[in-house]
Amino acid sequence: MADPKTLFTYVLRLADDHLINAQRLGEWCGHAPTLEEDLSLANIGLDLLGQARALYTYAGEVESEGRTEDELAFLRPEREYLNVLLVEQPNGDFAHTIARQLFYATYMLPFWEAMRASRDETLAAIAAKAAKEVTYHLRHASEWTIRLGDGTDESRQRMITALDDLVSYTGELFETDNVTDAIVDASIGCDPAMLREAWDATIAEVLARAKLEMPSAPWMQAGGRGGRHTEHFGHLLSELQYMQRTYPDMVW
Amino acid sequence: MAASVPDPEIPVLNLEDLGILRGVEVDADGCVLARLTPTYSGCPATQAIEQSVRNALVEAGFVNVRVEREMTPAWTTDWITDAGREKLRAFGIAPPVGAAAGKRALFEDVRVACPRCGSSDTACISEFGSTPCKAHYRCRACQEPFDYFKCL
Repeated sequence: MADPKTLFTYVLRLADDHLINAQRLGEWCGHAPTLEEDLSLANIGLDLLGQARALYTYAGEVESEGRTEDELAFLRPEREYLNVLLVEQPNGDFAHTIARQLFYATYMLPFWEAMRASRDETLAAIAAKAAKEVTYHLRHASEWTIRLGDGTDESRQRMITALDDLVSYTGELFETDNVTDAIVDASIGCDPAMLREAWDATIAEVLARAKLEMPSAPWMQAGGRGGRHTEHFGHLLSELQYMQRTYPDMVW
Repeated sequence: MAASVPDPEIPVLNLEDLGILRGVEVDADGCVLARLTPTYSGCPATQAIEQSVRNALVEAGFVNVRVEREMTPAWTTDWITDAGREKLRAFGIAPPVGAAAGKRALFEDVRVACPRCGSSDTACISEFGSTPCKAHYRCRACQEPFDYFKCL
């Protein structure tokens, strides 16, 4: 069994990944290139937000300090958010969003599939639902990568730039530390490094179909898991937290 | 009674058709517990459905009513009844094709029949439609758009 503090940190990292990615996807609402994508990106964000809610609620229970899902989601300072840096990267053009979602969904599918076997019943239950939903997220990102990569000269160039810009954020997905070690030892979570092979294989297949190449990454960005964020995060939080901070204890 | 509560988004379907009512138990003191399973993690109708079930039971005269969310086993479209699938089709929504239990290959295509004219000459416009559970399709035969209830 992992101690509550370690489990709390592990679940919070997962919850933050989902919330921040959902926040980015929500930014496309009303601005997407087509109506169908306005719906798709918002719906994917909604799936992620639903998963985030389940995770925050569980994190609050594990922490046992009475913090609700809303308090955890909206009222922490920047250094206490533990998401990977990849999900906080700005949407940029559509190619950047697709590249980011491709990198992220390709990781989350084998992750949730592995988590179905977690000894932790709550995480296993969340995983059983999330794995099915993420299948569609991966499909969406993959098909768009192919359409853009094997599209016009402009769409191809934008995808190349997007992959180049984001590749150095992918290493953090596979980071291990004492938290992941303890979680793996307790059979609660899967070893992130174990997901590397599946991730590489799927990315290779999708990029090959898209006639794109995986850019090389001489070094990888890191720090999110320790609460050290990129320049973008403060701006993101100021929007995310605005309502709850302006109207404390507000309820819909 | 709880089973006949309609789905707020697709009112022709009730909770029994959808397979999201896992059970209702009444204990010796007359306290009712209704157990529901959410469909999608982020489904915004989940809370509305729970409230509707609570209201239905209170209106039926039960004083002590509890509605609980059961996460395991995870809901699957396999639990939609045959009657439910027929109601979907009659309503203009193509019901899920195939069993959800099998894992789909990444680029596998699903042949969906048009709920209006029955033709299988249909095209997927978007994997996400008006709700997270539905995809948007177009029939090349009768030219009408329609929603498809995705396999989950």
